[in-house]
Amino acid sequence: MAVDPLIELRGVNKYYGELHVLRDIDLTVGRGEVVVVIGPSGSGKSTLCRTINRLETVESGTITLDGRPLPQEGRALARLRAEVGMVFQSFNLFAHKTVLQNVSLAQVKVRGRGKDDADRRSRELLDRVGLLAHAGKYPAQLSGGQQQRVAIARALAMEPKAMLFDEPTSALDPEMINEVLEVMRGLAREGMTMVVVTHEMGFARASANRVVFMADGRIVEDRDPEGFFTNPGSDRAKDFLSKILKH
Amino acid sequence: MYVLKDNFSTYVEGFLGTLQLTFYSSLLALALGFLMASFRVAPVGSLRVFGTVWVTVLRNTPLTLLFFAVLLGLPRFGLVLPFQVFAVLALGCYTSAFICEALRSGINTVPRGQGEAARSLGMNFGQTLHLVVLPQAFRSVIPPVGSTLIALAKNSAIAGAFSVTELLGTYKTINELGYNIVWTFVWIAVGYLIITLAISALFNVLERRYGVAR
Repeated sequence: MAVDPLIELRGVNKYYGELHVLRDIDLTVGRGEVVVVIGPSGSGKSTLCRTINRLETVESGTITLDGRPLPQEGRALARLRAEVGMVFQSFNLFAHKTVLQNVSLAQVKVRGRGKDDADRRSRELLDRVGLLAHAGKYPAQLSGGQQQRVAIARALAMEPKAMLFDEPTSALDPEMINEVLEVMRGLAREGMTMVVVTHEMGFARASANRVVFMADGRIVEDRDPEGFFTNPGSDRAKDFLSKILKH
Repeated sequence: MYVLKDNFSTYVEGFLGTLQLTFYSSLLALALGFLMASFRVAPVGSLRVFGTVWVTVLRNTPLTLLFFAVLLGLPRFGLVLPFQVFAVLALGCYTSAFICEALRSGINTVPRGQGEAARSLGMNFGQTLHLVVLPQAFRSVIPPVGSTLIALAKNSAIAGAFSVTELLGTYKTINELGYNIVWTFVWIAVGYLIITLAISALFNVLERRYGVAR
């Protein structure tokens, strides 16, 4: 795999004050690859995900997207962020806009599409995630699972080259997790490049091309899911898996 | 009792003076406050410093001092304008510091994730602020902005000391004519109440329409 790298991190280090949250991270995500990042909380996996579109800055190392290094804050960075969709744990739908406006807003303001054009595309995407009937509602009127599916549609509306998922199901009731995972599985099947930080081992096993296991700011293992789950190479991963797979 | 009837035109002149001062100063204060609040949350360091200095200086010096600085200071630099315009400048700049801080507290009530989501979709700082953050901040700043503008209406009385026609200053003329000072002030108070209660009512309507639903 990774013959055609889309996202590349080389020697990335990040600190929060004294705390060294990312230590010498090297990671390559190939075009069309689905990489699932797992690990105990505080291991730096969310931070890693957020450095890829520079919501978190790094102290050293290089991050390149489609061969271009991440630019400094400004116009070029905004352009690049439009190419990378991001889905958050807390959904972050715009609370003062309807579902349809949420999906259309950036298409109009960032991509410069006409409003009708944007709304047409938004309706297609909402239909795809099964929420066309809710287009006129406000986010607060939807369940968590519905909000997260709108958030995915909103990110897809920008026609991104890659999608980042930062614990997309961690804030959801158990019965709503599957409706979100179903949308994500569909994207994976279509060949979307995805980096997914999650605790959903079932998704990792079924949809990931690679599993990256992180602990204490380091990448401890980076391998195929079947191998990782049946025969983890490190004690740290064995310990982690024994704790989460027991119940 | 005949104070109002006998001096009606003086009162009206003063009332309209205060109304004009309040109106134009409010517009200036809202515009500048909006600009300064944007500066204070901008990703550019020099803008943040400018906004902070603006607020610190204007919020921590007496308004009367600012009036002296504007009315006596600016003409020295060759800027000669009618006193009423100077008064609007002083009142507007002074109040903008408070508006700025009210807006900024509203911006801080908007969850961080809203701005992050906007930026992750490729919006720049200005778009994030104007399309996503400020419309949501606006809802929680309606009450404090209303209070600030009411304070502005009352602060406009200071302009009277600098020979600008306004409501409080009318007592001098009326008193010299020998009218009862208590009733003179009662009718002045009524004039201020009309303006301040009107501002209250306006902001109550705004809050009912746009305020945060509970």
